[in-house]
Amino acid sequence: MKHLIQTMRPYFPKMSLGISIKFIGALMDLFLPWILSHLIDEIVPLKNHKLIFLWGGLMICCALTALITNIISNRIAAWVARNTTEQVRHNLFTKIMHLSSHQMDEFTIPSLELRLTSDTYNVHRMISMMQRMGIRAPILLLGGIAMTLSLDPVLTAILICILPFIGLLVYLVSKKGVPLYRKLQQHSDHMVRVVRENITGVRVIKALSKTEHEKERFHKANDQVVSTEKEAGYTMSLTNPIMNLMLNTGLTLVILVGAYRVHWGLTQPGKIIAFMSYFTIIMNSMMAVTRMFTMASRGSASAGRIAEVLDAPEDLIVIDKPRIHEEEHIVFDHVNFSYQKKENNLTDISFKLKRGETLGILGATGSGKSTIINLLMRLYDKDSGEIRINGQPVESIPAEKLYTMFGVVFQNDFLIAESVRENIEFGRNLTDEQIQLAAKSAQATEFIDGLETKYNHMIAARGANISGGQKQRLLIARALANHPEILILDDSSSALDYKTDANLRKALHEHYSDITTIVIAQRISSIMHSDQILVLDDGEMLGIGTHEELMQSCELYRMIANSQMGGDFDAA
Amino acid sequence: MPPKGKMEKPKDTKRTLLRLAKYLGHQKYFLLLALILTISSNSLALFGPKISGNAIDAIGTGSAPVDFESVFYYCRMMILFYAGSSMLSLILSRLMIHISQKISYQMRKDLFDKLVELPVGYFDTHPAGDVISRMSYDIDTVNTSLSHDLLQIATSVITVTGSLSMMISLSPKLVLVFAFTVPLSIFVARTMAKRVHPLFGKRSRKLGELNGYVEEIISGQKTIKAYHQEETMIERFDRRNIEAVDAYYDADYYGTMTGPSVMFVNNLSLSLVSMFGSMLFLGNQISLGSLSSFVLYSRKFSGPINEFANIMSDLQSALAAAERVFRLMDQEPELHDKENALHLTEAEGFVDMEHVKFGYLPGKTIIHDLNLHADKGSLVAIVGPTGAGKTTLINLLMRFYDPESGAVKLDDYDLRDLTRKSVRSQYAMVLQDTWLFEGTIFENIAYGKPDATLDEVIAAAKAARIHSTIMRFPNGYDTHLNENGLNISQGQKQMLTIARAMLLDAKMLILDEATSNVDTRTEIEIQKAMRNLMKDKTCFVIAHRLSTIQNADTILVVQAGEIVEQGNHTELLKKNGLYATLYKSQFQ
Repeated sequence: MKHLIQTMRPYFPKMSLGISIKFIGALMDLFLPWILSHLIDEIVPLKNHKLIFLWGGLMICCALTALITNIISNRIAAWVARNTTEQVRHNLFTKIMHLSSHQMDEFTIPSLELRLTSDTYNVHRMISMMQRMGIRAPILLLGGIAMTLSLDPVLTAILICILPFIGLLVYLVSKKGVPLYRKLQQHSDHMVRVVRENITGVRVIKALSKTEHEKERFHKANDQVVSTEKEAGYTMSLTNPIMNLMLNTGLTLVILVGAYRVHWGLTQPGKIIAFMSYFTIIMNSMMAVTRMFTMASRGSASAGRIAEVLDAPEDLIVIDKPRIHEEEHIVFDHVNFSYQKKENNLTDISFKLKRGETLGILGATGSGKSTIINLLMRLYDKDSGEIRINGQPVESIPAEKLYTMFGVVFQNDFLIAESVRENIEFGRNLTDEQIQLAAKSAQATEFIDGLETKYNHMIAARGANISGGQKQRLLIARALANHPEILILDDSSSALDYKTDANLRKALHEHYSDITTIVIAQRISSIMHSDQILVLDDGEMLGIGTHEELMQSCELYRMIANSQMGGDFDAA
Repeated sequence: MPPKGKMEKPKDTKRTLLRLAKYLGHQKYFLLLALILTISSNSLALFGPKISGNAIDAIGTGSAPVDFESVFYYCRMMILFYAGSSMLSLILSRLMIHISQKISYQMRKDLFDKLVELPVGYFDTHPAGDVISRMSYDIDTVNTSLSHDLLQIATSVITVTGSLSMMISLSPKLVLVFAFTVPLSIFVARTMAKRVHPLFGKRSRKLGELNGYVEEIISGQKTIKAYHQEETMIERFDRRNIEAVDAYYDADYYGTMTGPSVMFVNNLSLSLVSMFGSMLFLGNQISLGSLSSFVLYSRKFSGPINEFANIMSDLQSALAAAERVFRLMDQEPELHDKENALHLTEAEGFVDMEHVKFGYLPGKTIIHDLNLHADKGSLVAIVGPTGAGKTTLINLLMRFYDPESGAVKLDDYDLRDLTRKSVRSQYAMVLQDTWLFEGTIFENIAYGKPDATLDEVIAAAKAARIHSTIMRFPNGYDTHLNENGLNISQGQKQMLTIARAMLLDAKMLILDEATSNVDTRTEIEIQKAMRNLMKDKTCFVIAHRLSTIQNADTILVVQAGEIVEQGNHTELLKKNGLYATLYKSQFQ
């Protein structure tokens, strides 16, 4: 809520304007019964038809004013809600874009998506409704009470006595309701996750004929959502009938006490009639207030989830560290790291790369190859040791400088639903020459030229309309396009066939020889020409050196090499 | 709006309403009960003003003494009536929640059941975010509207008819005022609804688009960070965000006019009632108490009409949402199995493709004329440059798609004459895209064989060389994988899916780039296990690594959707064609 109020602050002037206009409208609604009572009690006995029409005309004027003011103020409210939501979504999206990888792991992607979509939507609804009803209802409530006070303070006192009970009721109900809505949001998170899994895994599910099982799984999730929502709804549904009962009891008391007061000559029956009109207004606005509570319960649960993300501390802060003079481009100096801060994922990694050199990394699954990249790019912070680029520790390089050094293709990297060109350019304002050279080097020209609209061809979300190999070529072109200082290819040639892979390596050598390259690969042929090859096993270095050196010194390397180069291993 | 759209809109709305009504129909007994409760609770509430009017008449106009006995009597009655009415309305609102939850459960279930029946191609072309948006946001909207509005409509109808008859009984002349104002309200509400309906449709659509974008971009956050393109993406997000909030605003802009407009009509009638009521009072045609009751009833009467306008705008957005839900439900599912489709229990395992022609989109043929014979227990390797159509072959083999012409056959049965389930269950499959779901490692491996014992699962995991890794996780096989699998690498994921395939006792095997994420040392080990697994099985392997395929019985070299070469390793090398070129390039 704190964030929300802060976001709304710039709109306070306009909101106040809206509130003032709404206030006028609400006043009109209050005047109407007052005029009515005046008409019946004071004007009618005069038996002057003209006056009756005059006051009646005044009522119509009030009604007109109410119409205009309400429409204007509702539009202002809609405007404020629109702008606030836009801002909240913008802030949230911006924050998510800047979350560290570690924080992304913790929030998880689906949950962040939900916060950005359904939670902001709930907030939008809340702000919009709150302004419309949240102002009108209390004004009518207070105004109604004030009007009744002026009519007959004693009768009003009866009403006022009831209000604390209603307040208590609303408090108790929403105290129980808010946690239920939070729980509901969690359950819908889970349900959405099941749906998403079914979309991404459709082939596997169909292949294994697990459709029925998945239906079952979804029904369970669906069940949870429904039963929680029911519980929350049941809780909230208590408010209205109980409140109605309380208010109507009050009304009966008013008539009862009113009877005595009329009897003692303290009030007139016309006032009781007007009183009852106000009473309807008061009751309706009380109902509106409770409806707002329901909505606010839901909205504030969502606002809380949004705030959780916005409040995430800034991670990976740039620390001032002195530069060391060294000729190597990239240096890993006794680096240790663990994702979970328990078992080490990397232990004592050291290597040095000169500018323009190529490092190949080879190792078993889970041996920590990608982790080296994650640390070099400072997607995570190492636990001990030091990583330097141009002698500068990575922690001391500001993000805008650090990240423009790299061209990178991650495992399972993603394409956006934009044109081919935009997927290569990736928002970086590159020239046509840069893009075409990159595409050519990445061996993508042939397939791009085969497309009807060439570089303007639209790629579907997640690159669904092109093959795995084509995807990878585009990704490599993207990495090369701005001629980065450091090129990182994390297993990015696996979907390329040998010939394409070989051509790629040749092109890199020709056009991008000054780039320091780190290649993670499964195929020996992709890395055997590297200046250095790092063999990783369970987060530790088994060896580093050239192909020839490792063939001599590293048994694991020799085994892999033999198996791949058509040696004694007969493949299945 | 073009005239054509104008013609179609109401028809769509009618169909949507009809389908919603069908959902309501399932709950007809509950609904009937709700209706009865609504009638009784509102009738009770309706008598309130009448009684209070009587009470006021008993108090008198000031000149006569107060008739306390009657006042007490009427007050007791009021309390009784109001208590009863509150009680009933509590039961009623719970009943309505129950009904609406039943309905949204059913809608989600139907939508999901439909979702899993859709052909795989649907998901290649539709963003998951949009589908999810229909499942959550759109159904929620329908649900909110049903639970709140249905009740309101029922209440409104009863209150309106009830208070109208009360007013008629009090003063038929005064009721004439409403002959003017009611049509006015209805006119206002209808005009607004017509205007607002398309805006609500747009609002849902834009939100769906925004969700699709969010889904896409957030999953690529790491890459965006690596290229320092956060600002670019934020800018693009802002564009869609603005579209979404604008669509919301547009709907609000007109939608929020309805309430005040209808309220104006109400106030107008109040003014008219008081004017003419006063006249009637002067002409001694109505008592003060009756006038007071009449005013209360007129408020009750117009209250629901006012509420009705809000409901209309709610319903508009619910209808738009329901349309989106139904449109997804109307997607063509995978064709049903033929009526007399054969259920193949255990295939021998020979596969034929005869003159297969196929394209994903009509007019875009990517396989022109494919012939292939794979013997029982043979190994077929499919190689070729990227994008040559290798995955398409698998889609045909497993009947994710049917060919345009020609036939795919298993044991000489045309696949179209077999049940899909029996075709697919003949295969164990490991795909390039690893897919794990939220659940334990055990559940993920045993996914294709739910009755698997722990020993079997461990054996499969050992065969896939992932057992020792699993044991290193804090909870071993009970380790819970969340969707992002934060502590598990791509290669480990792949091995889990291999273990999953190993557990199946299938006659045939499909490996689509199955080991592309597994490093070579592991691959060597896996393939040792694979070779045991593949014994006596017909295997289709797509791989780029020539070492994995050179021992295949048949190698299919695919280029541009055509099989350009077919033969074993030695034969193909001798041919000195595309295969030979591909093979040699690995040593360059």
